[in-house]
Amino acid sequence: MPELLLELFSEEIPARMQAKAADDLRRMVTDKLVAEGLVYEGAKAFATPRRLALTVHGIPVRQPDLKEERRGPRVGGPEPAIQGFLKATGLSSVSEAKIQNDKKGDFYIALIEKPGRPAIDVIAEMLPVIIRTFPWPKSMRWGARSAKSGSLSWVRPLHAITATFGLETEEPDVVNFSVDGIEAGQTTYGHRFMAPGAISVRRFEDYEAKLTAAKVVLDPQTRKDIILEDAKELAFAQGYEVVEDHVLLDEVAGLVEWPVALMGSFDKEFLSIPDEVIRATIRNNQKCFVVRDSRTGKLANKFILTANIEATDGGKTVIAGNERVIRARLSDAKFFYETDLKTKLEARLPKFEQIVFHEKLGTQAERIKRVERLAAEIAPLVSADVETAKRAARLAKADLLTEVVGEFPELQGLMGKYYALAQGEDAAVATASEDHYKPQGPADRVPTDAVSVAVALADKIDTLVGFWAIDEKPTGSKDPYALRRAALGVIRLIVDNTLRLPILTTAKSAMKGFSANADVDTLPNDLLSFFADRLKVQLRDQGARHDLVDAVFSLGGQDDLLLIVRRVEALGKFLDSDDGKNLLAGTKRAGNILAIEEKRDKRTFDGAPDAALYTLGEEKALAKAIEQAKREASAAVAKEDFAAAMSAMAKLRPAVDAFFDKVKVNDEDPKVRENRLKLLNEIRAATRAVADFSKVEG
Amino acid sequence: MDLHRPLLRGEAGLPELPRIALIPLAAADTVPRAHHPLARPFLTMDALPDHMRPERSFQGFILALQRFWAEQGCVILQPYDVEMGAGTFHPATTLRALGPKRWNAAYVQPSRRPKDGRYGENPNRLQHYYQFQVIMKPSPPNLQELYLKSLAAIGIDSSVHDIRFVEDDWESPTLGAWGLGWECWCDGMEVSQFTYFQQVAGVECAPVSGELTYGLERLAMYVQGVDRVYDLNFNGREGDERVTYGDVFLQAEQEYSRHNFEFADTAMLFEQFRMAEDACRKYLAAGWQEGNRKEHLMALPAYDQCIKASHVFNLLDARGVISVTERQSYIMRVRELAKACGEAWVHTEAGRAV
Repeated sequence: MPELLLELFSEEIPARMQAKAADDLRRMVTDKLVAEGLVYEGAKAFATPRRLALTVHGIPVRQPDLKEERRGPRVGGPEPAIQGFLKATGLSSVSEAKIQNDKKGDFYIALIEKPGRPAIDVIAEMLPVIIRTFPWPKSMRWGARSAKSGSLSWVRPLHAITATFGLETEEPDVVNFSVDGIEAGQTTYGHRFMAPGAISVRRFEDYEAKLTAAKVVLDPQTRKDIILEDAKELAFAQGYEVVEDHVLLDEVAGLVEWPVALMGSFDKEFLSIPDEVIRATIRNNQKCFVVRDSRTGKLANKFILTANIEATDGGKTVIAGNERVIRARLSDAKFFYETDLKTKLEARLPKFEQIVFHEKLGTQAERIKRVERLAAEIAPLVSADVETAKRAARLAKADLLTEVVGEFPELQGLMGKYYALAQGEDAAVATASEDHYKPQGPADRVPTDAVSVAVALADKIDTLVGFWAIDEKPTGSKDPYALRRAALGVIRLIVDNTLRLPILTTAKSAMKGFSANADVDTLPNDLLSFFADRLKVQLRDQGARHDLVDAVFSLGGQDDLLLIVRRVEALGKFLDSDDGKNLLAGTKRAGNILAIEEKRDKRTFDGAPDAALYTLGEEKALAKAIEQAKREASAAVAKEDFAAAMSAMAKLRPAVDAFFDKVKVNDEDPKVRENRLKLLNEIRAATRAVADFSKVEG
Repeated sequence: MDLHRPLLRGEAGLPELPRIALIPLAAADTVPRAHHPLARPFLTMDALPDHMRPERSFQGFILALQRFWAEQGCVILQPYDVEMGAGTFHPATTLRALGPKRWNAAYVQPSRRPKDGRYGENPNRLQHYYQFQVIMKPSPPNLQELYLKSLAAIGIDSSVHDIRFVEDDWESPTLGAWGLGWECWCDGMEVSQFTYFQQVAGVECAPVSGELTYGLERLAMYVQGVDRVYDLNFNGREGDERVTYGDVFLQAEQEYSRHNFEFADTAMLFEQFRMAEDACRKYLAAGWQEGNRKEHLMALPAYDQCIKASHVFNLLDARGVISVTERQSYIMRVRELAKACGEAWVHTEAGRAV
């Protein structure tokens, strides 16, 4: 079956957009093929800095013929209906329609036959539309045609389109179409510098081979493999290893069509700069890999660059040029680092008074003061030394004003650690500088050192309370201040470190730091339900039952995240057991009956049932079981032994089952009925010792 | 939010510019590249005396670029006589980028970045330096090739140098302008910016212009092989006849740094900003012929005031008397002027639709 080759040849496509663009091209073309009845066998897309390419194989030569029967009006129906039917189906008179008959009588049927069109024609129609509607994150107009509206937009100027269609064994046809004056053909071009000439291509097989001959490696994965292997080899030859970096590798592979890895070096004196700073300098600014000594793990004075040419001098000039830029960059970095070391961290603090954190939340200095105060309050709860926690909070942000962090914002915290150690701070203070930002995401490490934990919690809770106070909560997909991440960070800090931190009290305390007149009761509760939502999301992401979070939160007064999580865990286990499932069913049944009867009588059935009104053994047994379960469960909950509380609940099950089996709730005697309803209410009340079962799904 | 388009985007605001990558030119490297496939007959450098070669003198370097772009049909303009932060502010770019008429121009523009002054002590940072600016409207289909040929014309041979086009989207909040393009890298060093203007002064570009900006000192240091900008050979002569970049500009850098950071009269500057802003609005209002908004007769004088306001703002910024929040509002005020000038320009002879 025939195959399609498509190439869109342009000026340099930003590296970060290439992979998605290749994927979009494949998806758009194949979706459209399928929608047109052209079911294909396989497709693969590629991107280089200058081209997007797609091959689709196993496409039928023609679309299948379509036959469709369309039902029309009844025979003898009103004339306008018949005319409308003829018009819609393209028949010239009703005599061309068949007549069929069902229960309601005779009606017309039009038989529409739509012969399939040659696939190449269908493709020629769809490609211009796909090109014009291609979803580039940013696109542009260019050249003389951009004088008129409706000119083509592309990521950068588009120069040529190759589009061929045909069988493997034959000379394929060019798919005839043009977009904004660019005619599809079968001519592409090789490497910009090494083989700039035109190349005539037939189909994917020779296309890829001719490109390789013209110094273009089409497949990004191949380019990545080449770069990585060559880099490893270069490093190995010198007794080193490459510091692998997938993000950088992706980017670099998107900057070259013909990757040539080369190794350069820099002066050893620069190794006095922290490794992270060297790496950030070389990686971010120069897009080069760094190399380390595999025994010590320390960086070596080497780097690996990826050139786009096989230079005629073997790369000497390219290496020398890159070495000079890197030397200049590193001497800047070294200067920054050494300059930073000359100023103590606390000496930087006054400057924060002039830096606005958020226009409604005051300056950074005010924020640091708040975090310091809150960290001091949290410290005893997390077994951290109060004075150390205060010092750590005071210095934690100071590195934001250093030269190195100004240059490489991603090194915030880490530089603070280096500078704190250099000025002889307690190790816990230094660690907190780096760790108080953590955890940044679900995969990030959770700090364990008590001082870091105290500052991390204070920092995050201050952020949350502050933005809540000025009503800047996340909405939908918008979360500009990363408040969801902050809340999840608090949850993980508490749970992973098994901490007991009452959220409501802590939030109330944090509120004292703000002048905003938010309600001191509403806000903490509002924030607490935000935590509940984050917890649900987290449990859902872990594949756990998130409805149980509601079942626990619904009990009210729950602001100890660790206990909530434990209770949810215990509840989850319990509900997986037969006892749990049956008790849940029984409780739900009790709840449903109560709901109906409460509605009917327009009253609730609170209050203790009267033992004197029990007439059946099952009633008495249930009352006794409830009494016992309540007592045991409450005792277990008081000891925070939720598994035991659940076991106590489980003992309720036979009595509940027996009650529903034998006892008719709506007795003729209204007093007995009322008493039985009160007993049902007791079941519900008893289970609330562990969770609100009505919130449990299923 | 830099008021002006930095020469080296991403580095603006840093106290130091990286030193330039330098390749000591071996004797063989100084041989004219007439044999190179990209070289064109007029670029045969054999005809040039040594001191005029682009790798020998700063002025020869500029002349080589001017000759190259003249050969491509550009008008070679002289620098605009108003202080500005970047060559893009020159009306030959900002205003001429608007409207449908063909426009190909190239020029050197002194660019002033008061904040970047370092009292002559930094090898790379200057508060006054030169940009070489090319604008071609509409952007020709072979603009990238022309750019590469221009590099060949100044002695950068693409068979031994690694030249790349690395994504760089340009946006100027002050000019109400944006475009897409690249930073052009040579062996890991950014040497030019390449932009397809999409919008300027709030007006859609139709057609789109292609803009090239070369950082002249940086490139010249690269081809001359010097580490310190003041060591650039300006006139290509040797011995007593040699004039360096430092001979021409070091004193100026020291004096202007002092002025920009310490002594520039801020009260006067605030007043000048206000005056320029008022004058710009006044000329714009008065320029509409017969009061209708069909034809404007004073877009250029009004725009001069916009450039002045922008430069005065940069001086105030260097003096550190503008707070973070005010800064934003000043940028907005200049943008409003730029947009109004763009609007006026498209109602003039040179800017209007035919």
